[in-house]
Amino acid sequence: MPLTKRIIPCLDIKDGRTVKGVNFVNIRDAGDPVELAAQYAQQGADELVFLDITATTEGRKTFAELVLQIARHINIPFTVGGGISSVADASVLLNAGADKVSINSSAVRGPDLINELATAFGDQFVVVAIDTRHIEGQDIVHTHGGRTPTTLDTVAWAKEAWRRGAGEILLTSMDTDGVKQGFDLRITQMICEAVQIPVIASGGAGSMAHFETVFQQTQCDAALAASIFHFGEIPVPQLKQYLSARNIPIRL
Amino acid sequence: MSNKHQIAIIKYNAGNIRSVLFALERLGVQASVTDDEREIRAASHVIFPGVGSAATAMPYLRSRGLDKLLASLTQPFLGICLGMQLMCRYSEEGDTECLSIIDAAVKKFPATDSTGLALKIPHMGWNSLHQTSGKLCNGLSSQPYAYFVHSYYAEQCSYTAAITHYGLPFSSMLQKDNFFGVQFHTEKSAADGEIILKNFLSL
Repeated sequence: MPLTKRIIPCLDIKDGRTVKGVNFVNIRDAGDPVELAAQYAQQGADELVFLDITATTEGRKTFAELVLQIARHINIPFTVGGGISSVADASVLLNAGADKVSINSSAVRGPDLINELATAFGDQFVVVAIDTRHIEGQDIVHTHGGRTPTTLDTVAWAKEAWRRGAGEILLTSMDTDGVKQGFDLRITQMICEAVQIPVIASGGAGSMAHFETVFQQTQCDAALAASIFHFGEIPVPQLKQYLSARNIPIRL
Repeated sequence: MSNKHQIAIIKYNAGNIRSVLFALERLGVQASVTDDEREIRAASHVIFPGVGSAATAMPYLRSRGLDKLLASLTQPFLGICLGMQLMCRYSEEGDTECLSIIDAAVKKFPATDSTGLALKIPHMGWNSLHQTSGKLCNGLSSQPYAYFVHSYYAEQCSYTAAITHYGLPFSSMLQKDNFFGVQFHTEKSAADGEIILKNFLSL
């Protein structure tokens, strides 16, 4: 059996609480990220991503404390992101027990941050998240949650991130995100061909078949989704059984 | 299992031990993080974790005399990730002589597999353990998986206790007398990882 394809639920966190509603049967407090994370780990999620969307300094401290609690309670790897703009920011979260940090807008603003983080902690700790949108025949990197267009070409930026020491690319297509019509296969495969590091596909999962398609038609290593997992539309165990039955290498 | 245990985690310049401490805590045991010879010798179990580079870790261990100490220990000893690689004879990472507890070489993954397909490096994610043997593997699921993050691998040798395939087969577990090594992060490897840690603590 080869390296398996990873299934990654993503949780948005604000002031230490999960933002989007969740619909888990066995959960006491749907807003508690630690309990939700433990539930996902038990269900067989391969990894988790926690995105801090808090804007305040107060909230950031809460997030670091939360990361510590998550690390204490779950036995699978997890990535944290949101508002990391220095080695010091990343250091707090890694010391709290995060396995990887994800950077997005701050890397676009100052790409040296990728080199600095890779030098300080190792390539494998650095995930560069890229939000992309297809505009007039071009793939353009967007920042600030996909709202602000940049002048960067998505493939060129992914390559640059890789060369600077990114250990993984988390690619979100803003064109497919939230639409639930499937992952953006075109740009996902373009990025997979452009870099020699793992690529996480994100944006657009609406059915189990969408996961099958992204794993069969692109070389991505992992697929990430949020609401379909949180609302219980696609339970992780069923998704993994489904993919495994279709000969996709999956950890069961 | 807390009372009879005195677990020492080796303190050196290679990475974050927080996850290992938490994994032990989930199993109900406390550990001390130390580079003190007496404390290490007195421990019931020694854990040697590690994230980073053999080329920077070995000179540090030598400068503290930890290299000779670790190789001479007689209690159950578990090297994790870089810790396991350092237990070997030699690492291609920075052309480094290691602890030589286990006679195996550590090599960089090739850029392509045997069919010429490009291999992404590091080998990162969940992969399966095969031909598992030895005391740490008691009670594992029928197809165990573990979480790996590494760019160098230990070759197969007579002390191989599990094999994993990534481009080529390599030693994902090693065992020689009281010395055990796991290439994967057993502290992050869900239920199977916990079984391996528990088995180690039961030795």
